[in-house]
Amino acid sequence: MSEDREAIDRLIELMARLPGLGPRSARRAVLHLVKKRGTLLAPLAEAMTEVGATARECLNCGNVGTGDICAICDDERRATGQICVVEDVADLWAMERSGVFKGRYHVLGGTLSALDAVGPEELRIPRLLDRVKSEAVSEVILALGATIDGQTTAHYIADQLPGVSVTSLAQGVPVGGELDYLDDGTISAALRARRTL
Amino acid sequence: MKAAVTSLDLSHFRSHKRAALSLDGRPVALYGPNGAGKTNLIEAVSLLSPGRGMRRAGAEEIARRPERLGWKVWAAVEAEGAPHEIETRAEAGQTRSVRIDGKAVPQVALARVLRVLWLVPSMDRLWIEAAEGRRRFLDRAVMSFEPGHAEAALDYEKAMRERNRLLKDGVRDAHWYAALEGRMAQAGEAISIARRAAIARLVAAQGEAETAFPAADLALGYPDETPEEAEGLRAAFAAMRPRDMAAGRTLIGPHRADLDAVWRAKGVAARDASTGEQKALLISLILANARALAAEGGAPPVLLLDEVAAHLDSRRRAALYDEICALGLQAFMTGTEPGLFEDLGERAQRFEVTETGGESQVGETT
Ligand SMILES: Nc1ncnc2c1ncn2[C@@H]1O[C@H](COP(=O)(O)OP(=O)(O)OP(=O)(O)O)[C@@H](O)[C@H]1O
Ligand SMILES: [Mg+2]
Ligand SMILES: [Zn+2]
Repeated sequence: MSEDREAIDRLIELMARLPGLGPRSARRAVLHLVKKRGTLLAPLAEAMTEVGATARECLNCGNVGTGDICAICDDERRATGQICVVEDVADLWAMERSGVFKGRYHVLGGTLSALDAVGPEELRIPRLLDRVKSEAVSEVILALGATIDGQTTAHYIADQLPGVSVTSLAQGVPVGGELDYLDDGTISAALRARRTL
Repeated sequence: MKAAVTSLDLSHFRSHKRAALSLDGRPVALYGPNGAGKTNLIEAVSLLSPGRGMRRAGAEEIARRPERLGWKVWAAVEAEGAPHEIETRAEAGQTRSVRIDGKAVPQVALARVLRVLWLVPSMDRLWIEAAEGRRRFLDRAVMSFEPGHAEAALDYEKAMRERNRLLKDGVRDAHWYAALEGRMAQAGEAISIARRAAIARLVAAQGEAETAFPAADLALGYPDETPEEAEGLRAAFAAMRPRDMAAGRTLIGPHRADLDAVWRAKGVAARDASTGEQKALLISLILANARALAAEGGAPPVLLLDEVAAHLDSRRRAALYDEICALGLQAFMTGTEPGLFEDLGERAQRFEVTETGGESQVGETT
């Protein structure tokens, strides 16, 4: 193969490292971009350069934005005394899309895992404990995954917040969900979290 | 209610390049010379249940040599009146994956479709070797009664591995230990309850049966004092932290449990019984397990009896066949000679397994 493909191969190789893409899909994506050089590739490159230069993690909560402090932490109206703890930024954005939660967030960036050498420091947990004091937080909502590591992390945090109300998201039947399609674990969690009408 | 494998297809599974068996639910007798591929075939059936199968082999080992392309087992099964398709495979260099009825599922989901129990020659030493083998044998029985046992065991294992890492690394964060120990205690309680319930059912099923095989009294034991309910277990884990840290691992808990068996009629511990008697005891337990499942109207297990026939005297062998047939079990049995299965007559399907040039062939015979 001639050397004029080197740059393209490098792009393919980089794209293949993206979540959800493999070598095959990366090749297809790159071919598509090359075909749409003017309308897609150039604006994409420009947008990537800009994000690369400006994006950073909020020093307070770990959200991704363009300043040292993100828009949510900067907004006084969101100092409601509630902090919602999530595993990653995608979860935070999903909560924001729903528009229901009016408080602030704390992004862990993962879950506790001794085997993967992910400890409390790596997860900004000491920072969370500081925030609970300094931001006069009265409720911490743990919106972590229903996985073993997620639940261990939830217990770890709850254990260190005496005097603060610690809650977690209910797990159960999704809105519009039919019982028939749910797995046993979901049904039993939903049953445990039942309430009187 | 019956439970059976109705079709079995192997692809690049050890010595089998391709093998396709059509089964009708009767016991299955597999005969052929040493090294023909009989055990390989029933090992494939053992992988229709969670875990590493009856040889505890890794996915890599199973891939047919010299190609090493990865392997696949596909089976149509009939369980609790419903047909299901199970596919389990491993691509080269990957772990094994499972699909049930075309849907990718975690391995533990297999326990809800088919119960598979086995006896293999290496279990001849089960009663005299380390507790691990007996624990594994017990847990397989437990899983047949309580499919959720596989999940609880996995949950416990996972939390314990995390805790062991903390112990090894000398981490002293008490909250971290507490979070993991809480999970271990919860899963541990569920494990112990399920084990005790299974033991009670096995003992009851042995007691009531007319059988040529000896009944055993069974008990759950531990090398050190071990609480079984969650609160006690949690407290014990916390109290053990210093000693566990010195050892670099978790010293007490359900992962140290042992199954004790005493030959009821003789009052002799299983480990002190003769080799043949020890084997008869295992058969007795597996049959009791099947009987208990059948009695409850649930799906009976599929049995894999590797080289069992050859080790029994002719009276016991005939009795084993009669019990298997009376319970309506699909038992896969291997032996080198077709004569070993003569007593089964029309009651079994027969397959001859042969090997040429490192490739197994399987053919039904009458
Ligand atoms: N991954 C593999 N690829 C190819 N061949 C394999 C693989 N693993 C095992 N074998 C071969 O399969 C052959 C048959 O093994 P198997 O244990 O099924 O024999 P068997 O019929 O049960 O014999 P026996 O009567 O001695 O127990 C052995 O010769 C072994 O070398
Ligand atoms: Mg064999
Ligand atoms: Zn922020």
